[in-house]
Amino acid sequence: MNTENKITAQSNPFLPEPARIVRTYPLTDDVHFFQVRIADMEKALSFRYEIGQFAMISVLGAGEAPFSISSTPSRPGLLEFCIRRAGAVTSKLFQLKENDFVGIRGPYGNGFPVEKMQGKDILIVMGGLGAAPLRSVLLYCLDNRDLFGRIILLHGAKRPAEMLFRDELLDIKKRDDLEGYLTVDGDDTGQWTENVGVVTTLFPKLENINPENTVGVVCGPPVMYKFVLQEFLKLDIPKDQILMTLERRMKCGVGKCGHCAIDYIYTCLEGPVFSYWDVTHMRELI
Amino acid sequence: MKIVKLKKDNLFPFLEAIKGDAELWAPVKKDDAKHTFQPVDDFSQIDLDYTRTILPPRKILLPAKFNMYQASKSEFTSDFSHISKKIIFGIHPCDIHAFLTMDKFYSYEIEDPYWLEARKNLVLLGHSCWPDENCMCKSTNTHVVEEGYDLFFTDLEDTYVVWIGSSRGDDLIREKPELFEEDLTDTDIQKFIQRRENRDKAFTTEINFAAMPDLMELKYNDALWEKLGDACLACGSCTNVCPTCNCYNVEDRPVLGKDFSNIQRCWDACTLENYSGVAGGENFREKRADRLKLWYTHKLQSYISKYGKPACVGCGRCVATCPVDINVKTVAQSLDGNEVDSFWDRLSKEVTK
Ligand SMILES: Cc1cc2nc3c(=O)[nH]c(=O)nc-3n(C[C@H](O)[C@H](O)[C@H](O)COP(=O)(O)OP(=O)(O)OC[C@H]3O[C@@H](n4cnc5c(N)ncnc54)[C@H](O)[C@@H]3O)c2cc1C
Ligand code: SF4
Ligand code: SF4
Ligand code: FES
Repeated sequence: MNTENKITAQSNPFLPEPARIVRTYPLTDDVHFFQVRIADMEKALSFRYEIGQFAMISVLGAGEAPFSISSTPSRPGLLEFCIRRAGAVTSKLFQLKENDFVGIRGPYGNGFPVEKMQGKDILIVMGGLGAAPLRSVLLYCLDNRDLFGRIILLHGAKRPAEMLFRDELLDIKKRDDLEGYLTVDGDDTGQWTENVGVVTTLFPKLENINPENTVGVVCGPPVMYKFVLQEFLKLDIPKDQILMTLERRMKCGVGKCGHCAIDYIYTCLEGPVFSYWDVTHMRELI
Repeated sequence: MKIVKLKKDNLFPFLEAIKGDAELWAPVKKDDAKHTFQPVDDFSQIDLDYTRTILPPRKILLPAKFNMYQASKSEFTSDFSHISKKIIFGIHPCDIHAFLTMDKFYSYEIEDPYWLEARKNLVLLGHSCWPDENCMCKSTNTHVVEEGYDLFFTDLEDTYVVWIGSSRGDDLIREKPELFEEDLTDTDIQKFIQRRENRDKAFTTEINFAAMPDLMELKYNDALWEKLGDACLACGSCTNVCPTCNCYNVEDRPVLGKDFSNIQRCWDACTLENYSGVAGGENFREKRADRLKLWYTHKLQSYISKYGKPACVGCGRCVATCPVDINVKTVAQSLDGNEVDSFWDRLSKEVTK
């Protein structure tokens, strides 16, 4: 058996694409915004993704980690991320400057079921880092305004200084084709003109919700899920029209490393977006 | 299917003829009388009188640690340097079935080139075996192979009956056709059938794998799992020895004095404590019981819906390996309502320690 040893894998799904940081600035003390462009222009433009998908970002010397794509596919070319400093990869990423290189792989995951959402009223509830994936949903819906019914946004943070995309959202809130409500648990600035209270205190403000025609979308810290889901159910939104994204440890993003398993579901392939109905079948979550 | 005969004396000349510059891996007996798959140049080291090796042969395709690619500041380059032409000789039916299962797994949705390229460069020469009390492959229906090998050697005293399972297998025979005999006599056929019947009768362990998906579902919250969790040492051995375990971790290893890193893929185990840890110190499976449930969901339930058969191929390695007797045999028997005396004795001792 003397054949020359030459491996000719056509493509290697594990190999990142070199990308440059175009812009980065702090959104809060420990969450930074990153705008990234894949260095190869053709590849940058052909990187097609859907709302709710994520990408693996690698930082030389530290490794790779999954992050939701915060930009909208309706504005191709640049990818935006909203990243909290948590450990090895993110700390090193925070040291990088504009024009520095990172690696990007993706997009991965199922994303939101845009077709099922079309024609529906969209009720978006986000808290903390939940803004990372849901900003993409919000911007996409606004860019394709005709495809959706009412667009309602509820966004909560602990304090005004911790509200991600605060200025952008205050601006968007002025649009008359969107019903936007922002809230903080407590105002330590004395200058906050929006609601004060946890995010669920915004629900009584919602009027004339037609549950059968509403898709509820939630992403935020674990405690928030429980209470927001209860509010959705109180509004009678059907369980399969309540959508959420789940976080798990992920090492590959492509269904091979096993880390993201919930029961027998690989979150990176079949998630991270699940309906409340899907989730009630997952033994490991109940 | 083509079948030929090979005199045992002709085995080494045949291996010599086909080896060329490929690496030939075969079972070798270690000092402690256990067997491992090792690369062999001196064929006399090969010991085919074995039941199971310590580690499964997947280690030959995906070593415990290897470089996936090199990363520099602005460039990423695939590294397939650990992949080369290899021959595995002496692999048993359960392990061939494990390869077939992993072929499906590594092709599902997105193709994993590290497995698939290594597979393309691999020749599989199977060999017949004889069960011990821990072999469960008859229950998983993986005790015979119909596909997945190039040649399969069945031991009939002084001769091998050789099944040709692929066109590449046929080419290998053609390297030295004079070593083989084309015609099987009636006595050969009789011997072959007799051997198969005797082997079928030699299986002493029977597990009702068909019932496992339902039982996993029904007994998901059974007290059994807490007991198992209390006894488990979270050593990860069951995972390392299982031929259908796939979990891995990825590490960025900067190369000293260079401006690039080796990105390494290394075996991981869902039974280890940190497996499901995420940023912020949260761990989705802090409890050993929860990690065992995941492992057994994988082995006994989840592959059935996706690939039509359980992930377990019945090789018995977890039975031979777990220091506290938690394995597919005892867990399946317990789920099925049979209390396994020695197992429960051991378990209660472990728990009260
Ligand atoms: C689909 C998805 C989308 C995400 N989107 C975002 C996003 O948009 N923005 C964002 O900021 N984050 C997001 N995350 C979370 C993000 O991936 C993590 O914060 C990131 O992986 C942290 O990486 P790190 O290397 O900086 O931290 P690490 O160094 O991995 O450490 C952080 C913590 O993880 C645990 N840990 C890590 N490695 C080990 C180990 N070997 N053993 C034990 N424990 C360990 C520890 O608890 C440690 O404190 C997302 C995650 C997923 C799955
Ligand atoms: S679960 Fe145990 S018996 Fe089944 S394939 Fe894995 S190691 Fe072998
Ligand atoms: S089940 Fe046994 S082999 Fe597996 S981790 Fe626990 S103690 Fe180790
Ligand atoms: S992240 Fe590796 S399997 Fe899902």
